[in-house]
Amino acid sequence: MLTALTIHELSARFRSGEATPSQAVREYLERIAALDPKVKAYLTVVPETALGQAAAADARFRSKAPLGPLDGIPLAVKDVFCTRGVETTCGSKILKGFVPPYDATVITRLRSAGAVLLGKLNMDEFAMGSSTENSAFFTTRNPWDLSRVPGGSSGGSAAAVAADLAAATLGTDTGGSIRQPAAFSGTVGFKPTYGRVSRYGLIAFASSLDQVGPFAKDVADTALMLQTIAGHDPMDSTSATIPVPDYAQALRLDVKGLRVGIPAEYFIDGLDPEVEAAVRAAIATLEDLGAKTESVSLPHTEYGLAAYYVIAPAEASSNLARYDGVKYGLRVPGARDLIDMYSRTRGAGFGAEVKRRVMLGTYALSAGYYDAYYGQAQKVRTLVLRDFQEAFKRVDVIVAPTTPGVAFKMGEREDPLQMYLNDVFTIPVNLAGLPGLAIPAGFTQAGLPIGLQIIGKAFDEATLLRVAKAYEAATPWRSRKPELAA
Amino acid sequence: MAEPKITMKEVDHVARLSRLALTDAEKERMRRELDGILSYIGKLRALDTEGVPPTSRAVPMTNVMREDEPRPSLSQDEMLANAPDRSGEFFRVPKIIEEPVEE
Amino acid sequence: MSDNTYEAVIGLEVHAQLRTRTKMFCGCSTAFGAAPNSQTCPVCQGMPGTLPVINRRAIEFGIRTALAINCTVNADNRFARKHYYYPDMPKNYQISQYEEPLAEHGYLDIEVAGVARRIGIQRLHLEEDVGKLVHEGNLETAQSSQVDFNRAGVPLMEIVSMPDMRTSEEAAAYLKALRAIVVYLDVCDGNMEEGSLRCDANISLRRRGAKEYGTKVEIKNMNSFRNVQHALEYEIKRQARALDTGERIVQETRLWDPDKAHTVSMRSKEFAHDYRYFPEPDLPPLDLAPAWIDEVRATLAELPAAKRQRFMKDYALGAYDAEVLTQSRALADYFEAAAKGSANPKMVANWVLNEFLRVVPGDDQKAITLSPIKPENLKGLITLIEGGTISGTLAKSVFEDMFQSGEDASSIVARKGLTQVADAGALGAVVDRVLAEHAKVVEDYKAGKKAALGFLVGQVMKSTSGKASPSVVNALLIEKLPKV
Repeated sequence: MLTALTIHELSARFRSGEATPSQAVREYLERIAALDPKVKAYLTVVPETALGQAAAADARFRSKAPLGPLDGIPLAVKDVFCTRGVETTCGSKILKGFVPPYDATVITRLRSAGAVLLGKLNMDEFAMGSSTENSAFFTTRNPWDLSRVPGGSSGGSAAAVAADLAAATLGTDTGGSIRQPAAFSGTVGFKPTYGRVSRYGLIAFASSLDQVGPFAKDVADTALMLQTIAGHDPMDSTSATIPVPDYAQALRLDVKGLRVGIPAEYFIDGLDPEVEAAVRAAIATLEDLGAKTESVSLPHTEYGLAAYYVIAPAEASSNLARYDGVKYGLRVPGARDLIDMYSRTRGAGFGAEVKRRVMLGTYALSAGYYDAYYGQAQKVRTLVLRDFQEAFKRVDVIVAPTTPGVAFKMGEREDPLQMYLNDVFTIPVNLAGLPGLAIPAGFTQAGLPIGLQIIGKAFDEATLLRVAKAYEAATPWRSRKPELAA
Repeated sequence: MAEPKITMKEVDHVARLSRLALTDAEKERMRRELDGILSYIGKLRALDTEGVPPTSRAVPMTNVMREDEPRPSLSQDEMLANAPDRSGEFFRVPKIIEEPVEE
Repeated sequence: MSDNTYEAVIGLEVHAQLRTRTKMFCGCSTAFGAAPNSQTCPVCQGMPGTLPVINRRAIEFGIRTALAINCTVNADNRFARKHYYYPDMPKNYQISQYEEPLAEHGYLDIEVAGVARRIGIQRLHLEEDVGKLVHEGNLETAQSSQVDFNRAGVPLMEIVSMPDMRTSEEAAAYLKALRAIVVYLDVCDGNMEEGSLRCDANISLRRRGAKEYGTKVEIKNMNSFRNVQHALEYEIKRQARALDTGERIVQETRLWDPDKAHTVSMRSKEFAHDYRYFPEPDLPPLDLAPAWIDEVRATLAELPAAKRQRFMKDYALGAYDAEVLTQSRALADYFEAAAKGSANPKMVANWVLNEFLRVVPGDDQKAITLSPIKPENLKGLITLIEGGTISGTLAKSVFEDMFQSGEDASSIVARKGLTQVADAGALGAVVDRVLAEHAKVVEDYKAGKKAALGFLVGQVMKSTSGKASPSVVNALLIEKLPKV
């Protein structure tokens, strides 16, 4: 079954002629038709254009001139990316029917590499959430247990990879929205350094925190995806000009003598004992592989969540001001006048979580509150960053749990504050702008995935891949797949 | 009970600033939820940030600019294609009235 | 009369559209007159996912202007988001500058009725322009409006003066001086009717000698120097009348209605907008290299005031003439090209002021540059007059020919045989004939009517088709008349 293969395995079959991109795309489309009604990862599937792209890739392989390792590979992307000619909703009613006239830069890069777009994936509305329950349309299910959430906000992207409904996917991570669903779904999820990947065409949630990253079935695929999407973009003033190294090199290195930090503050009382056990076992594995571990302290960790829940909503309230029924998206009819139109459109078009964050953000930026909230939070951000910078003087990477628990049941976390606490281990990494990934590190007794988080220095994605690869090679987690019957 | 951090009047004011129409039930719920969140966020005040500069970025950048060279614009049709109310070559909007006094 | 009771305190906020080729944050053209919504892209239309990128030339124009108005350029400056909802605002926030503007603390020297004053400039910053709203009818009654985003994103430079002006004349003078500078620097068209230069005023009154400021009122919709002056004059009277009757001045925005010559309240906005400013997270801060600022400083053109002074000194021109000749850089350059090295720069000035400006508008750079009479040609014409080759009278028709054909003066004179006749012998014969034909006038002259001489000169000119040298004719007549 081609759908069970990784990108690198599939690409090898294309090159040898054993399989064609069209065959792979057809298999994926069939599998989506059979299983996605249960998993509900996809918002939009584009079979015709996908088959068209596949046919073009077929021709390239036939003439022995493929574009590269992603040529002909069936991928899907979170509906947060603008895709030209394909509906892009951002999981929201306010953008239902919006068809962008342009592609996000990362989409252009994937297209130029020959990748085939299968469709757009479900997400928490405007990337605000940790369970995909905030999607305006429906909730995606966790393929490992369909009564549970896949995590969020990139729930569709995680579930699609876990259920072999795409060879790999793109998601975004603002406070953990790639790493947490990766941990919940047993996939590899990578959040690069802020600025490593272009944000042009990524529908903005929190401008100083958003980053694009891949979900993949293994570390090698992650490296391939990253290699294609990373790099400077003149359309994004915040994108870094630092050159992109050859990530494949990193996959060949071992971890002997590598210094690994274990942050004391991440092993709190609320941590699920099974998660803690898996993480500690993973640390032991790294030690067996020759890494040197030591305890580090990130004393401002507990303030990170609070700072994030000022900064992210503040920036979001600003970025979402443009959704007003004037130029695109929903407009509620029958309004008395312009202001009535704005309020009714936004009132009807935004879901509860989005409204909550817009209100919170507007409050934090409003006259009289700016210094106490946004101003203070940005300073606390410096303190969080300094914690990491101090730690990285002594270690090369930091290893920790990704989440305090595993995938919870749908409807279980109703209180917003409770939901926010899911992100306590992932948020500080976004605040500091550092790279972080989540890699499968085992399962609970009940068969739910546990993810190990690896955090690195700015622009040191290579070392993260190195550690992840070594760990993956030494463990059996990769071979286990969820049981999904049609 | 701890003193509420956000009043109903403030909820109304912020909803107006955000151009969000909320039902009474939504407003009450919003007030309670924001109250809880603001209390949690309040712990930030306890931190001494005297002399600490605000940060947005791990690796600071400055002076990102582009040359004054034209790039092709999109066509009128492409730009108006998503318009909820297109009027010929324009976007049409309902009657514009003055802002409410308590802005 | 309340004229002496109160003192007006006036500050002006000027927005200048920059003459860059592309918009402030995207590569769309800034050209005027395109079909609605045809000069936009996802960025300037505020589509989801788009990001701004700063136009370097806009920054350069800002630095250039800041230096010309004596500001300190802030090497560290930053863009910020300014939030408010309006349909001409694609993102419902405007990218502007707030706490860290491009430049501050400058000044402009003006002169009103011979009195020089220095007007302080608080700040200069850059921002993006908004789109255009077209109301069906007028704003008050329109049931809907239409939006064109072509203008959204065009770079704007905002210059805020200190509240240093005290009269409407001073305000008009400040605006004129500021406009002249931005036009001279080639950073702005300075066209108030078309909106490339806009002015809002803040005005309050206080009792003379008082230290505190009165309540200030914002005045908008003044689209010419005259309108600025009249609006402020009206407003001073209105506020004085109100204060006299003990009425409270409402802090509000008022629109100038040029047809009714009054200001109208824009329904009270007693409270300031909460713009919720915060630093623009999509744009890294600027840290301008001193070398760049120095480079810009070195290329600053001679500014209007300095040029005026120099013209007065170098070409012995009066203040008024100097002001007319320096009304635009194009005209000043034209004049100088013709005057430098000329036998008679003063005559050049007169010809430019009188004949040239009759056919070419002084502030129309294009028309001046494309004028069929090139500066060298004008210089040539003056040389012919100075040298006596043609008479001053005939020179005017030569000038007209030059304007029609673009030919130089010498060619025209040669072709038409207009060379002045100064030969006393040839002219003597003509003079004799005229004296013979007008015996009565000769008698009048002898009887003491000196004006008769003029008539006789005219007759000689007529019979020589204007080619006779008036001075030679004059001399001949004076010599011959007593002998008749």
